[in-house]
Amino acid sequence: MSDESVISLRGVRAELGSRPVLRGIDLTVRRGQVVALLGANGSGKSTAVRTIIGQVPVTAGEIELFGTPRRRFRDWARVGYVPQRTTAAGGVPATVTEVVSSGRLSRARFGVLRKADHEAVRRALDLVGMADRAKDSVNALSGGQHQRVLIARALAAEPELLIMDEPMAGVDLASQEVLAQTLRGQVAAGTTVLLVLHELGPLEPLIDRAVVLRDGCVLHDGPPPEAVGQHALPGHDHVHPHAPAGAEPIRTGLLS
Amino acid sequence: MEILNYAFMQRALLAAVLVGITAPAIGIYLVQRRQALMGDGIGHVAMTGVGLGFLLSWSPVWMATVVSVLGAVLMELIRWYGKTRGDIALAMLFYGGMAGGVMFINLAPGGSNANLTSYLFGSLSTVSESDVTAICLLAAFVVLVTVGLRRQLFAVSQDEEFARVTGLPVRALNLLTAVTAAVTVTVAMRVVGLLLVSALMVVPVAAAQQLTRSFAATFAIAVALGVSVTIGGTVTSYYQDVPPGATIVLLTIGAFILLSVLAAPLARRRARALAAAQPAADPAECTIPATRGAADEVGV
Repeated sequence: MSDESVISLRGVRAELGSRPVLRGIDLTVRRGQVVALLGANGSGKSTAVRTIIGQVPVTAGEIELFGTPRRRFRDWARVGYVPQRTTAAGGVPATVTEVVSSGRLSRARFGVLRKADHEAVRRALDLVGMADRAKDSVNALSGGQHQRVLIARALAAEPELLIMDEPMAGVDLASQEVLAQTLRGQVAAGTTVLLVLHELGPLEPLIDRAVVLRDGCVLHDGPPPEAVGQHALPGHDHVHPHAPAGAEPIRTGLLS
Repeated sequence: MEILNYAFMQRALLAAVLVGITAPAIGIYLVQRRQALMGDGIGHVAMTGVGLGFLLSWSPVWMATVVSVLGAVLMELIRWYGKTRGDIALAMLFYGGMAGGVMFINLAPGGSNANLTSYLFGSLSTVSESDVTAICLLAAFVVLVTVGLRRQLFAVSQDEEFARVTGLPVRALNLLTAVTAAVTVTVAMRVVGLLLVSALMVVPVAAAQQLTRSFAATFAIAVALGVSVTIGGTVTSYYQDVPPGATIVLLTIGAFILLSVLAAPLARRRARALAAAQPAADPAECTIPATRGAADEVGV
């Protein structure tokens, strides 16, 4: 892990409809780090991520990506983004491959996909275990599979930085496992990750640092916060509400 | 084919084919971004252009192109900046455009609403040489954009936020979509009319969707369907003396209904094929595991 900062926010403020949502955020993510952005609904964690990608305008402060001020940053192929979505579908049918291919456009000149680009799309589908559904319509997928498609779309450009907004929301247990495994592979390969999460869940072992927001301010920046109550017991069993009936709870085996 | 012996029918058929190609080609992106009625709005704005054309004695087709392009750009700007009451602003633009058209045409020397009718409902038999030239040039632009930039337009229409992070010029592409839609409206104006143009942008796409799983196939089938109904409607109107615009739109809706009916068994067959491909993962029926024993029984 080097000291090079991949994402840097200094004193960032942002408003949504004249309501201040971010009130001076400082956040640095260094190369190879996996940082979770945590906080309650309305704490500003999604807005913080959306200022980084330029979807929400900043009223004060500075944002840098790979050491370049965001306004002048053009090297978007280095960034993979997974927006907060429950569906990958639009108003017209599209196959899994078609949706994932649009993630490769940042590396394609004039929107022309070459052989290497098609191979990268295939690899991305393989990583999330969706290669066998490549030709299926995204409308026919489950919620967890939609999320896997969205992540494959971000991975298609082979980014150095992954920004994910609640990738585990509404995802069934099987897909959560696939996603955690995919992310583990990316992190092992040196990808830097910034994740917005509601709870640490199955990604917990991967996370180096947690940044907790409350009311648009950074409340905690350091090791992931200690869990309380039953979750504090090492090796407690996660029984997930989305688990199919009869599925074994994930046993970490630490208590037995 | 005596129908091809008449110069006016040759022009009408050429215009019809070009409309059959261009309207669904841009319409698919509007449907994808869930702005299916945008074509309708542009059609209303274009009426002001037609009125101005009469008033200033300029070509109504080119004038309508200019005004509807401006209107489409204005609609796109309203979508960016006026998110809160965008629908109200758009409504004003639509009805202002229609009222402007009626006003200008009545101000024009010797003009009356009768002049508008051929633009509102289409009038294939009065398509002139210069109309055909204009329609050809505009249609070439629409095809160039919708086919040449298909991957970019697909990405932006599918997920605007994500497209921004791939570095695509999202605003420019949105404006280009709006301008292309406006150009298509004026291409289609002489054939199906301003009030029916949106049908040809939306309904072939909706009909094609009944059969398809991919965007590419939806695009191809929608365009094929568009060309079939515009030719079919034009020929029918020649032999049966019915208005071409209305005939084309009714044929399109007929095709939609037909394909919807055909799609049901097709979908069932696909579901069966899928179930056969992965039998273990997806049992067809709920079964109680045999291992469940007496402990599950409810005692009294």
